[in-house]
Amino acid sequence: MTAAREFLRGNEALAYGALKTGLNAFFGYPITPSSEIPETLANEFGNPRYPGFKVFLQAASELEAINMVIGAASTGAKAMAATSGPGFSLKQEGISYAAAMELPMLIVDVNRGGPGLGNLGPEQTDYFQATKGGGHGGYRNIVLAPSSVPDMAAFPALAFSLAFQYRNPVLILADAFLGQLKEDLMFPEVPAQEFDTSWATTGARGPERHILSSMHLDLPELSRHSEHLRSKFEEIDRREQRSEKYQTDDADVILVAFGICARLSQRAVVMLREKGIRAGLLRPITISPFPRGELAALVQRGVKNFLVVELNTGQMLEDVRLATGGRARLASVQRVGGLLPSPLDIVRQVEAMPR
Amino acid sequence: MIGVEGHYEVKLGQLPTLTGKPTHYCAGCEHGTLTRLIAYALQELGARERTVLVDSVGCSVLAHEYLNTDAVQAPHGRAPAVMTGIKRMRPDLLVFAVQGDGDAVSIGLSELIYAANRGEPITCFLVNNGIYGMTGGQMAPTTPAGMITTTTPHGRDITLTGPPIDASKLLATLEGPAYVKRVLLPVTPTPSADFYNARGSMEGARSVQNAFRVQEMGGFAFVEFVSTCSVNWKMSILQSKHYAAEVLAKIFPPGLYKDKFGVEKR
Repeated sequence: MTAAREFLRGNEALAYGALKTGLNAFFGYPITPSSEIPETLANEFGNPRYPGFKVFLQAASELEAINMVIGAASTGAKAMAATSGPGFSLKQEGISYAAAMELPMLIVDVNRGGPGLGNLGPEQTDYFQATKGGGHGGYRNIVLAPSSVPDMAAFPALAFSLAFQYRNPVLILADAFLGQLKEDLMFPEVPAQEFDTSWATTGARGPERHILSSMHLDLPELSRHSEHLRSKFEEIDRREQRSEKYQTDDADVILVAFGICARLSQRAVVMLREKGIRAGLLRPITISPFPRGELAALVQRGVKNFLVVELNTGQMLEDVRLATGGRARLASVQRVGGLLPSPLDIVRQVEAMPR
Repeated sequence: MIGVEGHYEVKLGQLPTLTGKPTHYCAGCEHGTLTRLIAYALQELGARERTVLVDSVGCSVLAHEYLNTDAVQAPHGRAPAVMTGIKRMRPDLLVFAVQGDGDAVSIGLSELIYAANRGEPITCFLVNNGIYGMTGGQMAPTTPAGMITTTTPHGRDITLTGPPIDASKLLATLEGPAYVKRVLLPVTPTPSADFYNARGSMEGARSVQNAFRVQEMGGFAFVEFVSTCSVNWKMSILQSKHYAAEVLAKIFPPGLYKDKFGVEKR
């Protein structure tokens, strides 16, 4: 295992991160700006360094790809797919079934501009679709939000670990900027993870058999299943909220931003501090479950001003509003269409906030 | 004991490959027949412990209630893709699905064609009764011209909806599949119509077994069973058997459309 420093594109780093955590199967359909993920994996398929990587298959459609992931996941394999907005929409059907059947899997959405075909620029407009369910029926995904190329490399291991621990689909919501950005990184040492797959459907040995079905025609039975899914997500909500704080201890204005916006906001915090404004940054790492505990604690400590910076028209803003419970002033910097705010734009917005 | 053309013998009664639960299928429906043929074949092969059934959406959605194997549910039409994921990951498993004509030939035609074209070593059984059964008798891609359904109350007008699609012929044009066969499954009336023969079940039993053997030889196997739906055709069970033989089997002629490995000759 080389511990050399490497210089990689976000999508490439994510692909290697998945391989190093023991990815078994990848199924994909090309879509910009995520295509370097299948391309990197296609190149590494058959490399003896990754003996667990048994299946690489380009599907005929996004639908076919997600359903192949369902099939591979049902055998207990670490299976994944990667896509971008339009393809992510098509995958929602399969993700709903996977959540219902409690199948662990990793789906990556490298968010591009939308709605519709949109463009190839970075947006965070798939936030609602990723964090609130996305497909039909009531379910939740665990959603991780990387904000750097090293995160892109490290998050597949975390994603599979959470996916198998809770038997739930895990999404990584990146954006076109992170997918294409090149940074240097050291791959973290990932210990080989063995997960419980005693539920998998790999042939009934003995009288016991396994059935992975999303259909429960009996009304009370489906009700019990839905309650089970809900209590599972409540447990995830209690235990898995993750966030990173930067200079929040004495801050009286908190920027809240995930993904690439967290990088821009961190720079803005430095610039604000140089001007004598006590700013800090809360960066959600999990956007589902949303780190509302940390936000509530900041409100509790007396922080009155929050600025939400995001590449959509106010989607995470709603979660921040819920978490702060009307006890703080909220403002936001929003960009769509593939444009990014500059740190100076963020600084000016903070300066304009009443304090 | 029953014998099927001398080489296929099983004990009647409880098979370990059946759960023993009574099926929900309507009286006269061939889904029940096919379930039993599959159970016989799996028992013959001694394959229960390495079998995964993929449930499709339609009348066969509850197949796992009757077939006593591991099972995974596929979204509507996506069974061939789910089977691909299982089989690629675990080539040692025997993987199959029972799909209806709406599932396989309408909403899931793309998944079926691409799995067939890749020659995935999986087995697809298609029950073609020319109508949507579970949703209550709507037009299917295989509905004959003129047939009255709940969405074609004046009869299917093929100038508006196109003619019925022949899935077996379509798949046989591809390089990938190893075995494509169509069987008229219902009992068929003799010319005098005073008794019915069960040639379809015998042919069906052989074809199901061949389709599993082809998978074990590494090929894609597809068997289409021309069947009935007396309830949604608004016919008596016997009328529906006549209709299947006289109308459906003319549009979808039974026959061996592809047999790369020559399993029918063995």
